[in-house]
Amino acid sequence: MLRLEPRPAAPAWLELATPVMAVIATMIAGGVLFALMGFDPVAAVRTIFWDPLFGPAASYSRPQLLVKAGPLILIACGLAVGFRAGIWNIGAEGQYIVGGLCGAAVALAAYPAEGAWIFPAMVLAGAAGGWAWGMIPAMLRNWFGASEILVSLMLVYVAQRLAAWMAFGPMRNPEGFGMPGSRNLQQYPSAANPELVAGTGAHWGVVAAALAVVATWFLMSRHIRGFHIRAAGLAPRAARFAGVSPAALVAFCLGLSGALAGMAGLFEVAGPGGQIIDSFGSGYGFTAIIVAFLGRLHPLGILLAGLLLALTYIGGELAQLTLQLPAATVQVFQGMLLFFLLAFDTLTRFRIRSARAMA
Amino acid sequence: MNRRTLLASAAALALPALLPGARARAQTPATPVPAGETLKVGFIYVGPVGDGGWSYQHDLGRKAIEAEYGDRVETTFIESVPEGADAERALTQLALAGNTLIFATSFGFMDAVINTARKFPNVKFEHATGYKRADNVATYDARFYEGRAVIGTIAGRMTKSNKIGYIGSFPIPEVIQGINSSFIHARKVNPGVEMKVVWAYSWFDPAKEADAAAALIAEGVDVILQHTDSTAPLAKAQEAGVIGFGQASDMANFKPTPRVSSIIDNWAPYYIRRVGQILDGTWTSHGVWLGIGDGEVEIGEITEAVPAEVKAEAEALKAQIASKAYHPFTGPLKKQDGSDWLAEGAVATDEELSSMNFFVEGIAAQIPS
Repeated sequence: MLRLEPRPAAPAWLELATPVMAVIATMIAGGVLFALMGFDPVAAVRTIFWDPLFGPAASYSRPQLLVKAGPLILIACGLAVGFRAGIWNIGAEGQYIVGGLCGAAVALAAYPAEGAWIFPAMVLAGAAGGWAWGMIPAMLRNWFGASEILVSLMLVYVAQRLAAWMAFGPMRNPEGFGMPGSRNLQQYPSAANPELVAGTGAHWGVVAAALAVVATWFLMSRHIRGFHIRAAGLAPRAARFAGVSPAALVAFCLGLSGALAGMAGLFEVAGPGGQIIDSFGSGYGFTAIIVAFLGRLHPLGILLAGLLLALTYIGGELAQLTLQLPAATVQVFQGMLLFFLLAFDTLTRFRIRSARAMA
Repeated sequence: MNRRTLLASAAALALPALLPGARARAQTPATPVPAGETLKVGFIYVGPVGDGGWSYQHDLGRKAIEAEYGDRVETTFIESVPEGADAERALTQLALAGNTLIFATSFGFMDAVINTARKFPNVKFEHATGYKRADNVATYDARFYEGRAVIGTIAGRMTKSNKIGYIGSFPIPEVIQGINSSFIHARKVNPGVEMKVVWAYSWFDPAKEADAAAALIAEGVDVILQHTDSTAPLAKAQEAGVIGFGQASDMANFKPTPRVSSIIDNWAPYYIRRVGQILDGTWTSHGVWLGIGDGEVEIGEITEAVPAEVKAEAEALKAQIASKAYHPFTGPLKKQDGSDWLAEGAVATDEELSSMNFFVEGIAAQIPS
């Protein structure tokens, strides 16, 4: 029998080293996997991690990294705040979808009017929609003690059905010959969220992600609320004695992460995605959980982790294209990344002892 | 939609003026691909190639191109591409990688195809089941309802409980055409037949499809038709001792029963033809809707579980449809509400079919709205 025993003190540098070790381990394990599948492991790893940045089509794929990383970073910033407090919002995907639906609803209601107020109103509606969807698990936890993990996760499936209903019903494009899917907001100037500077990939969602990094850094390290959040996560009883209301904290964290996820959904539907379709949620909310942990729940770390995960998406596509690597590879890669990170984290905080030696 | 389809090819024919890029413009003269030069052909699929259904059949079409043209072509594909922003990037990467003909095989890729085609005027795009076209964007689709007429005939003859079940994916024109077509032809050979419809709201979800099949069987259904892509309904049918049909691919593993026949999407002839036209420089944009007669919709082997005279009857109907001697939607037909639709001998137009949003008279189920 093996058992885990806490180490007296894990060195601080290990805290920063484990994500890097996890990335390296993923590359090695991924390489072994590719070799077993009959692909050239070096070429495969290079295609995924190097070519999107410096390969022949890099001038196209580099801006695409921002397109892909923007929503991941925006969502992960909100999630990290909650995770620090020990409040586990697993349903950012649902909040993302509902935010997109609410934002799109404003645009579709305003269509075809043009006006400078439309896009800001959409952003507010997106944030409000995500916030409201996040408040459901918050309230159920505060009032009935329901697990926010389960409730927020299950609400993802509710949100997916909601998106399907909207795409087939109320939001269906009246000029779409009865086909599901809303109008394309890219073609509606007042509602569109285009590239701000051509060739950079940066749209308002990328700007919002950058602001979120700064704002959550300020919140967590300079604001009393951030102190409460960290205290609640590290020592819940002590925090309660210090006057932190657990219920208020639950509402704050789920509301904040919901609002940020909702905004990410809105920026996506008004920008790169363009329209509400039944498969509108495409996994950003779940991948953002990996981003938050890989980034050590720290805003700067999240920034880097978001870009890295974006790299695996773009690189994974390139690897399919040039090496005909299966699409599932990307998911395997992302899964391994989280797996190795958790494994290294555990091993830095605990050491493995055999039970017999203890006796 | 989780993938693909929807027929509006015909609708688009009626409104070229509405659609950007579909305006009549002088076609840039195409030049043949010189001998010794390799044509690169790219594909994006909405599902994994191993889905055993929709994307798998498109991938067979890709392999058929390679088999036909050998060294003259090189094909690549990107699978499991979500609709929306990711599709546009996948298409752009294919174009940047030097593919000069790109097949986008799902309805939901439509706007992404149009956007990418605008950026790469020298790349030709083929979009399955869409309705937006441009000088370098063609669309193509299959008349699945023709195949449904044939298996509907078999279903009507084979049912003993006089209850046929239909697992629908989404209430969209393509699926409604299929339900109507199979019901009309089941009733033609068996006036007592009833049709029960369950919506799975997915193209591919084995668990949901199995539940739908179980619910139908519990209601006394003994023949199951499906417009979803997994083999789960056939597995349920096997357990319950009822029959069903393969969908999108042959699903031959379930022969000779419960799978007594199948309706197969065969994209290979069209893909081979279009690649050939690029090679000899005669490719132009178009919108086509092909059926049994063109080899795009096939009926899989009718097994020995079906009596010989029923098999002969189904094959005769198939031959009539193939030769265009018979159209599956021929009057007199009424709508579900009892109002007249097609007069004696009248045939449904493609425009009517591609926007079909009603059941025909006699179907008890309702189309969800």
